[in-house]
Amino acid sequence: MASFLTNNVEVVAIVLFSIGFTSLLLHKNLVKKIIGLNIMDTAVDLFLASMGYVQGKTAPIVENGIVEASSYINPLPSGLVLTSIVVSVSVTALMLALTVRLYHRYHTLNVDEIYLLAREEVRRK
Amino acid sequence: MKKKSRTKNQSLFARIQSFLDSQDDRLTEEMERDEEPEPPHESKLPVWGQTVEGLASGEIRFFDKIYPFAAFLLALFIIAVLLVTASRLPRFGGDSNPALNEVTERYLEDGMEETGAVNLVTGIILDYRAFDTLGESHVLFTAAVAVLVLLFDAATEKQDLLENRDYDLAGDTVFREGVRFLLPVILLFGVYVVLNGHLSPGGGFSGGAILGAGLILHSLGYGFAATEKLVNRKSYGALTVCSLCFYSLSKAYSFFTGANHLPSIITSGVPGRIFSAGLILPLNICVGIVVACTMYGFFSLYKRGRI
Repeated sequence: MASFLTNNVEVVAIVLFSIGFTSLLLHKNLVKKIIGLNIMDTAVDLFLASMGYVQGKTAPIVENGIVEASSYINPLPSGLVLTSIVVSVSVTALMLALTVRLYHRYHTLNVDEIYLLAREEVRRK
Repeated sequence: MKKKSRTKNQSLFARIQSFLDSQDDRLTEEMERDEEPEPPHESKLPVWGQTVEGLASGEIRFFDKIYPFAAFLLALFIIAVLLVTASRLPRFGGDSNPALNEVTERYLEDGMEETGAVNLVTGIILDYRAFDTLGESHVLFTAAVAVLVLLFDAATEKQDLLENRDYDLAGDTVFREGVRFLLPVILLFGVYVVLNGHLSPGGGFSGGAILGAGLILHSLGYGFAATEKLVNRKSYGALTVCSLCFYSLSKAYSFFTGANHLPSIITSGVPGRIFSAGLILPLNICVGIVVACTMYGFFSLYKRGRI
């Protein structure tokens, strides 16, 4: 348990992740599912960024010509978080566009109703 | 019906002009006319009051009962696994963490010399790992194209009318005057963040997002017709594709010369100057253009079904 206190940022990331995961699974509304997935993205970003942090060191922007590795935090996770943010934005936009199309067709955002309506439509054809 | 809407889309600018010129009663008349007929594909669908209820009582009920418990248990299991993992992670912020290996050391110690970027994160994402960032830009571009494909069909006359009436803030004087004051500052800040990406925190992605926010604000304050003078479908495609092509070609050149130890015409310059860091500044501008266009494109597509 003591490691939870020292690793509190990671624990917060995991709590955020589980909030997102649970809402992704348990909500029937498609938009709420997408919000849950976004919260999960944020949690992963937080986790990655916290992995790169080193106590008492500054951001990796060279100041006064000091180029020693011991004076800056790890710059690699920051670059990876950037990738993660871009991908999550793209995926969110795509999912929302699909949701808009589904809503235009079935006039509901409930997954179960969409499923039943779609099956009924196939059956009638 | 389809043919009609297509011809209307072609003369978009003229249409919006005529909307602005004409009086309100014509708009209300069109609104009423649009609300009357139901879209033809709807009549084929079942009325989802009783049909769905009837089906739900039969087949989906068992699944409905099991699903929340199963989902809850799965969530609990994953939380437990993750918490156990977190308790065994190395100490947060420790300076002997395994993530700090020789790769990081190399980036930190030789990064400024090799890439010319003072901001080492920019040096990594646009020089050492520029291929990764090229993929990211293409992911954004592909997402914009996919959203265009999905939502362009949904462009109906009704949405055009909504754009002009219901959800439009263009008539709001307070908002418009606020935009008039804020917009130059926002755009200037965005350009600053893009151009100084290799010297200070920022870069193409963050600066592009700021520029995109500025474009969205402009289109909200002055209407899409005004923003289309700057970013319309033609210039959107030209800007994005030219940026991506320039990125690919210049980076291909840089990889080719670098891998074969050939002399390159691109020099890294003096660190700290704005025209330094070799290709990083132009690549930042390219990424900024792509991100700004994509952000505005997403907004425009969602709001009115086209760019």
